[in-house]
Formats: sequence, structure tokens, C-alpha cells
Amino acid sequence: MRLSYPVNIKIIKVPCTGKVDVLYLLKMFQNGADGVFVAGCMEGDCHFLTGNLRAKKRVEYVRRILDETGIGGERIAMYNMSAAQATRFVEAAREMTERIRELGPSPVKKIMEEVG
Amino acid sequence: MVIGEGKPLQDVLAMVSQNKKIIVAGCRGCVTVCCAGGEKEVGVLSAALNLARQKDDNPIEIHEVTLERQCDTEYLEQVRSFIDEYEAVVSIACGAGVQFMAEMYRKIPIYPGINTNFIGVTEQQGVWAERCQACGNCKLHFTGGICPVTRCAKRLMNGPCGGSTQGKCEVDPETTCGWQLIYDVLKEQGRLDKLEHIIPVSDWSTSRDGGPRRIVREDLKL
Amino acid sequence: MTSDSRLEKILEEGHFAVTSECGPPRGVGPEVIQKKGEILKGVVDSVNVTDNQTSVVRMSSWSAGVLLKQMGINPVYQMVTRDRNRIAIQSDILGAASLGINTILCLSGDHQKFGDHEAAANVYDLDSIHLIQTVKLMRDDKKFLGGDELKGEPRMFIGAAANPFADPFEFRVVRLAKKINAGAQFIQTQCIFNIERFKKWMEMVRDRGLHEKAHILGGVTPLKSIGMAKYIKNMVPGMDVPDELIERIKGVEKEKRAEEGIKICIETIQQVREIEGVHGVHIMAIEWEEMVPRIADEAGLLPRPAAQ
Repeated sequence: MRLSYPVNIKIIKVPCTGKVDVLYLLKMFQNGADGVFVAGCMEGDCHFLTGNLRAKKRVEYVRRILDETGIGGERIAMYNMSAAQATRFVEAAREMTERIRELGPSPVKKIMEEVG
Repeated sequence: MVIGEGKPLQDVLAMVSQNKKIIVAGCRGCVTVCCAGGEKEVGVLSAALNLARQKDDNPIEIHEVTLERQCDTEYLEQVRSFIDEYEAVVSIACGAGVQFMAEMYRKIPIYPGINTNFIGVTEQQGVWAERCQACGNCKLHFTGGICPVTRCAKRLMNGPCGGSTQGKCEVDPETTCGWQLIYDVLKEQGRLDKLEHIIPVSDWSTSRDGGPRRIVREDLKL
Repeated sequence: MTSDSRLEKILEEGHFAVTSECGPPRGVGPEVIQKKGEILKGVVDSVNVTDNQTSVVRMSSWSAGVLLKQMGINPVYQMVTRDRNRIAIQSDILGAASLGINTILCLSGDHQKFGDHEAAANVYDLDSIHLIQTVKLMRDDKKFLGGDELKGEPRMFIGAAANPFADPFEFRVVRLAKKINAGAQFIQTQCIFNIERFKKWMEMVRDRGLHEKAHILGGVTPLKSIGMAKYIKNMVPGMDVPDELIERIKGVEKEKRAEEGIKICIETIQQVREIEGVHGVHIMAIEWEEMVPRIADEAGLLPRPAAQ
């Protein structure tokens, strides 16, 4: 279909969202991401049975940490889609980009840029 | 094992608010198993502290380290070579570990990064529950292997209070009445007669009431 | 006689005893307790004075008891083991006895979670059965728990509570037996709303011969409203209010529901009185003490006998 998604998104591939660790998510923010979304398979369709459900809980956990740090839990989200739903992926990417644009740059990133 | 859980991040941030260079020290013992103070949690806490401080334009340098145990001096020795380069340590070992580190390294503050909650078991992944109060005078042989000191909110010794309803504790409907459990197991074992005699007044001098406790084994001392 | 307790005399003389209770005030004013005392005087044989019930701080039970004593009422000193260790317990027993208190009810007490000081530490150095043993040891063996002899023993008539409506049901009689073996001479039960269950419990009590070893007083409480009935049923652990009872109160007009509650209470007293082994009733009119004289009168419990 060759759909285009916002160019500001950097994709990190994992074999299954079950591989997404809490630390990965936190490190992304430490490395300057303004927002992060995890794109997992549809619930109930995980090849490894519960990988996407685990990811969902970890995203929730990181959301709490982001709230506690003052970065804001709304900068992280989880979306579910099948491998065939390219349009759904593009939708999620656009929605997330919109949301983060409204929120503005991550306060962490701003500092990093100033430091150089 | 000793069960703990992370303190609210704001509390830890407040402790280190004046520091620019700290150590976050985990423990590979109990707190690793209960996911409160192991290597993973050292990473998460450090990342969270970093994020919060970066956001406030007040970055903090964190040395992450996880010791084999913090309740033994030989493992605590492992930080000696670099601890002097830092202003404070946030230890996420249990309260014993935090204190033992503070005893060994007196020049800088050692802060607790977790709350130590109880001696307990893993009921299921992600769920821990208390089983022992370390009263120093085990009575489990009288009570079907269920501890009334721990599992009764009033540590009653002679049966359930009048608040035991349908197997639940009056204090919390989510908590099973410890004495109901005792009754059930003794009934199953045909040992209900055990409950007929009065368990005498307890000697709490072996518990925390007697002051800090200590065990000396001459046969093991070097 | 083990004491000068009016309640002990009444029971030992074979009368059907009537007791009630009053909660001390949340302040220093003696008039609150005196007012309740005026209502209950001559209507009941003894008045229980609750000990920080539901873990809400109130005037101490022994001091409110002394106020009643000064009015010529026989107070039943309720003592819970929640707030005191064995040192304070024994000390308070000596103090109470020195002020003329001669009847004690030994309880473990409601957990502090229910009260106004949830952050408090609880003590539970002793349980209620240990407390019974302690009073008996001091009275009969003239000894403290620590083994030393005491000079001048507290002559207390010893009571305990029983809840036939808590679980596990079969164990409730075993626990009663333990209390009686420990030294309890009279028993006041939790409020009876489910008379069938109470009868069944009394059957088990008689099977063990416990009704001959201690005086059992059945607890009754008049229900003021549907709200109160539902609150007790759903919110108070270890209480059993059958649906039929709630339906019965619902069946009458709103203004007459309190009246129906009184009627039910009187009927319960009459039914309880018929049960073999029950030697009295304990009327707990929660913040409704003014109804006790009427209940006692209409249940045929008046006049109260003069104890010899």
C-alpha cells in the first residue's frame, strides 16, 4: 500500500511487544523521545499468547512513572493492530504525533538540546 | 523472604534533592525475588530519578550497582573502592541492608529507596503476602501450621474474635480470617481437640518487645 | 459469692437478670453518663460501660463506671485488651476494684481500623481469654501474672462475651467453653436477631453442660429503622439480621417502624427467656437508652428484685 506515516517517528523493531521492557521505554525518554507508543498485535492474537498483554501492563507502569517524574503519562500509549492493518498503524502514528505536538517537546529533551 | 516495595518517587527525589552524584545500590537477595530492589529495579529507579532531574534542569549522576547481598559485610565491601566519589547512596535493599550499609559507610548518608514490609511468600506472580512476624517463639505446631500472630489482626491466641464472618476478617473483607484457616486445617486433620485447650499468655520477650535481638552461635564463630 | 456484684447476687439467687449498657461521652462531662444512669436506674440490675467501643476514643470505662456507682448503679466494667498490655491491665483492675467496681467484662475489642485513630498501634499482649485468666488469678490466687503476690485482691465477678453469629459456627461453643474454663462466670451474647441460630447455639451449649457452669445472658437490640437493620446486617462484622426481620419492619408504615422494632425486641426477650439455660438478657439500646425502661416493662421484667 506504501502508506506514509509521519517522518518524526523512529521505529524500534522487537520480535513481540512482550519483549518491550520497562527500562527500554524509560531509556527512550532519557534519550530524548517526546513520546513513545507501543504497537502490539490485537489482544487475543499474540503468537506468544500474552506478549501484548504484558506490554500493556508495562506501558501502564511506565505511565505511572512518567506521571511521578513530571514528564507526563500521556506521552506513552499502547495501540493494538494486526500485521495486515497498515492503515491502522498510520492512524496510530498520526494520532500519537498530534497528541505529542499538542503537548510540546519533552521537558527532558529541551534540556538535552540546550546542553548540546 | 523479606518483602518490600518501592517508595514513591517523590520521596526519593526529596531525599536526594541536594545531591548531584549518587549511587543507587540494589541487592540480589530477597528484594530481587519480590521485584523491589534487584538489578532491574536499580535501573528503573535510576532512569526515573534521571528523568525527573533532567526535566528540572538539575541533572544527577547515578552509579548503578547491585550487590550480592547488603546484609553481609563481604558484599558491602564491593562499593568501598568508589563510594567516596559520591555524595549519597540510595539503597533499595531491605531495611537491614540499608542499615548495614550505613553502619559500614558513615561519611555519606545512606537513604532507603524502598519500604520494607514483611516476611512473606509469593502467593502468585506479582502478589506477596505476609506469613511471619518473627516473634521468636514459634507456635505453629499448635495451630495447624498457620500463624495466629501474623494472620490475625489482633494476634489472638485462642480462636477467632466475634468479627470473623464467612471466613473473612473484620478488618478487611479481602483478608481471610486466620483462625478460620486454623479451624479448617485442624478439622481436616481430625485434630480439632487441639483447639480445646487454652494457649497460655505469650512471652513477647523473644519478640521486638525484648529489644533488638541477636543470635550467637559459638560453634560457627571464627 | 466471689464478689459484691449485684449482678452475681441476682444470678446466684436464680433471678432472670437484666443488664443494659451505656457508652461514655467523648468529653469530660459527667452529666452525659449520669443522664443515662438516671434512665436505667432501677430498671436493670447492672449497666455495662463500654471501653472505647468501635475504637472511638471516649471517657475511660472505669471512670464512667465510678460515676454510675456513685448513683447506686452496679456498673459492669468492660475492658478490652486492644489498648493495654498486661501491666496496665492489672493496674487498671486494681484501681477499678479500689473504687468499688466489682463486675468486669473481658473482651478483646474492636480493631482500631473501625475507629477514629486508625494509625494507632494495637497491643493485644493478652487476648480476652487471657484477660479472664488474669482477673481470676488476681482474685482467687492473689497473684499477678508475673508470679508475685498482690496485697488485697480485686473481688470481681468475671464476665465474657460470646458471639453465636460469627463463624466458624461450630467453633463458637468451643470458644465459649474455653472462656468458661478460663474463669468466666457470666456471658453476654452479641445481639440476637436470628433466634433460630441462637437456639441452635444454646443446644450446643447445653450439650456441653456449659449453661450450668456460667450464666448466659442473651443480647438484644431494638432496631430503630430499616437503615439501622441494614447497616447492622451489612456493615457490622459477625452480625446476623435475617431478611424476614427487615421485611417485617418494611411492612409497616414509616412512622411506625421504630415501634415495630421495639415490639420485635420485646418478643425476642420473651423467646430468649423460654430457652433452657438462658439466665438473663442484655439490652443494648444503641443511643436509645430511653427505650430500655419501656422494653423491660413490656417484656415483663419489672420490677427488678432487690438482691439480698
